[in-house]
Amino acid sequence: MIDFLFSYETLRITWWVLLGVLLIGFAVTDGFDMGVGALLPFVAKTDIERRVAINTIGPVWEGNQVWFVLGGGAIFAAWPALYAVSFSGFYLAMFLVLFALILRPVGFKYRSKREDPRWRSNWDWALFIGGAVPALIFGVAVGNALRGVPFHFSTELRPTYEGTLFGLLNPVALYCGLVSFSMLVMHGAAWLTFKAEGPVADRARIIGGKAALAAAILFAGGGVFVWLGLLGGYEMTSAIVWDGPSNPLAKTVIANAGAWLRNFHATPILCLVPALGIVAPLVAAAGFSARREGLTLLASKLGVICIIATVGLAMFPFILPSSTNPSHSLAVFDASSSRATLRNMLIATVVFLPLILAYTAWVYSVLWGKVSAASVREAGSSAY
Amino acid sequence: MTSPLLVELSRLQFALTAMYHFLFVPLTLGLSVMLAMMETVYVMTGRTIWRDMVKFWGVLFGINFALGVATGITMEFEFGMNWAYYSHYVGDVFGAPLAIEGLMAFFLEATFVGLFFFGWDKLSARGHLAVTWLTALGTNFSALWILVANGWMQNPVGSAFNPDTMRMEVTDFMAVIFNPVAQAKFVHTVSAGYVCGAVFVLGVSAFYMLRGRHIELAKRSFVIAAAFGIASSLSVIVLGDESGYAITDNQKMKLAAMEAMWETEPAPASFTAFGIPSMNDRTTHFGIHIPWVMGIIGTRSIDKEIPGIFELVQKAEGRIRNGLTAYDALEKLKVNHGDAVARASFDATSKDLGHALLLKRYIEDPRLASDDQIKQAAWSTVPEVPAIFFTFRLMVLCAFLLLAVFTISLWHTMRETPAPRWLFGMALFAMPLPWVAAEVGWFVAEFGRQPWIIEGTLPTFLATSELGIPNLLITIFGFTVVYGVLAVIEVRLMLQAIAKGPVLSAEVVPPVARVRLAAAQ
Repeated sequence: MIDFLFSYETLRITWWVLLGVLLIGFAVTDGFDMGVGALLPFVAKTDIERRVAINTIGPVWEGNQVWFVLGGGAIFAAWPALYAVSFSGFYLAMFLVLFALILRPVGFKYRSKREDPRWRSNWDWALFIGGAVPALIFGVAVGNALRGVPFHFSTELRPTYEGTLFGLLNPVALYCGLVSFSMLVMHGAAWLTFKAEGPVADRARIIGGKAALAAAILFAGGGVFVWLGLLGGYEMTSAIVWDGPSNPLAKTVIANAGAWLRNFHATPILCLVPALGIVAPLVAAAGFSARREGLTLLASKLGVICIIATVGLAMFPFILPSSTNPSHSLAVFDASSSRATLRNMLIATVVFLPLILAYTAWVYSVLWGKVSAASVREAGSSAY
Repeated sequence: MTSPLLVELSRLQFALTAMYHFLFVPLTLGLSVMLAMMETVYVMTGRTIWRDMVKFWGVLFGINFALGVATGITMEFEFGMNWAYYSHYVGDVFGAPLAIEGLMAFFLEATFVGLFFFGWDKLSARGHLAVTWLTALGTNFSALWILVANGWMQNPVGSAFNPDTMRMEVTDFMAVIFNPVAQAKFVHTVSAGYVCGAVFVLGVSAFYMLRGRHIELAKRSFVIAAAFGIASSLSVIVLGDESGYAITDNQKMKLAAMEAMWETEPAPASFTAFGIPSMNDRTTHFGIHIPWVMGIIGTRSIDKEIPGIFELVQKAEGRIRNGLTAYDALEKLKVNHGDAVARASFDATSKDLGHALLLKRYIEDPRLASDDQIKQAAWSTVPEVPAIFFTFRLMVLCAFLLLAVFTISLWHTMRETPAPRWLFGMALFAMPLPWVAAEVGWFVAEFGRQPWIIEGTLPTFLATSELGIPNLLITIFGFTVVYGVLAVIEVRLMLQAIAKGPVLSAEVVPPVARVRLAAAQ
């Protein structure tokens, strides 16, 4: 049993699943923080309304953001080639994300430290950027991953990226950016209707309904694009060696438009995931208008999970295909760390992830309840 | 070959972002522990002044913490962005402590820090105390794992190069965790953080004492800071990470550079209190030597020799020649993975592969290097001796000054007579010292490791991403502007919060006026 669990093949697939868990954990938790940031100027007009919106996420966004930081660390440890190629390749896009994310901790902390309306309004826009820009760019990154990214390796496995920032901003990738943006706006709005009271929740309900509808339609449209072969696809033409050394130069791959549907053809039950990726946002849209906040939030979460999972399932076993040298693509079986590192990291994850989930749940339960104008005023300077 | 300008710019950006990040980290480390200690006193005594103290210092902690987090995000991704070949080369080993830092430490810290600020009315006193301790624990664990990662860069134990994947892979993870260099660095760095926290509380309290404001809060804070400061500065000095300097060639080279020790001296070596080292003349002019001291500090013995720079360069030359065999075998293995002869030859010499890579600065194929180039490469293992020599002395000077400040402060608080005004002035002006020490300390550790990014394994100039120069210029400019603006805002908010002062609970505080510590007015 242990032999099976700790075989290189099982470890690689487990870490592929965990990569998904991390990205989904990030999108489901910090996703609503980003959504709230992107919605901030539109759902909250007065200062107290803005403070209500900010304080719905004030105590938790910091913990949520660790999913992102942990994602970086875990990709470094478990998929070093992916870490090296993607972040250096998406260099300026990553810088934009970092710039936006740097604004958030200070924005939350500093905004209400001074009464000056201009000071506060500046930080509100900083929080808007901190939410909206990453929400868009993460989708653009996923879109580029689906299309393939122009990179190759030397024989020393030194990666070279051949594209530019503007190459990343192609129509297909921008379309994926819109999917992730509408998805996270839906999620942020769902959180606000669940957690806030008064006009903030009312406005979030209206925008959230539209965003949820947009997410469902755009995601379904993405499916049509894949079907039409517009989103590309790659196919392995050599045998997969699941326990071979992590060297991405040992296989052959060809570009094949439409290949991203192969896994769904081969295992039709997987189609449930994209189907739920359309249905769940529609349920959320209905939930917004029916004022069923709990249901809306759950449906929104499910939508986020399924939309992200669809991408992973479509690309498996690819992680990051190369458009210029398809055979250099990164795949689950040749871009991972060594077996020992995957095993050590799995043990650490099995020990700590349940602990994290437990104390995070406890913190949310302590903070249970709605945030209102009255509760923010009462908390005074101990609130943001 | 990567352009030298790209390498220099990548290093500059990393230095900027890392050193900036480390302006906030040590204060977070120190203040989190001090907050937990103060809150413990509150829960044990029930006196609300202690809770007010936690809340007040907590505000300053929060302002600092936000920037620590913000600048920490950059660090987590910068390896991949700017050091792609490094990331590929050592991610298997180096990535794991970073990921575990997230799992074990940063999650803990970031999840509970929210409750620290928002949980005062939602939790019992004991519940909140637990939250504060968990936040402090998280910050300290965080430092542990980051220094395990950094320690491995200084002393890459528990790993080996795998020719099939062209990278370093872990062979003994426990050795990576319990790396003696990492452990020494952890204790040293965390203690330095505590000193920052102590000086910060001491200085701000001294400011209040001088102004005669918030005396109740200030005098208690002053005492606790002075006591905590003595303990931590002793720990920084006594457990200085010199203990890790006897271990590897590069660490020995760093030690020799710190002491500008060109020739190996008979044990125990003398300590050069002052001198002007010259890279060109390969000697130290005007040296003032104190017999025995260096040998005792460096080796904790009187009979072990500390090798000088000349001896270490000779050794490096031997390792370069040996590494060429490994390089040659690796080239053969690239073509034919099954070549058993090449693999045996590689296995025998692979620990010196990194030294052969040093030649890549001068020639594309190290196997074709001339004798002169090999000698040049051997000398490239010597870091900038004068820079290391002087910054090390600056760090040590700061440490001893701080120990004196804390000792004098505590001594005065224990006396019956009121403390003199100059004491508080001194405490106020001591505030920058630990930051100076911490920044130059990192400079000694990292600049002193050059030319290596992973000592003996991967030279820095091979480790970057293949990026265009304009990309680097854009991000260096961008980081400088953003970080600069944020620094100004941060300092102003800190000063505003200090000027505003604490909010004391309505409860009557027993008048301990005319306290021993009250400023002479």
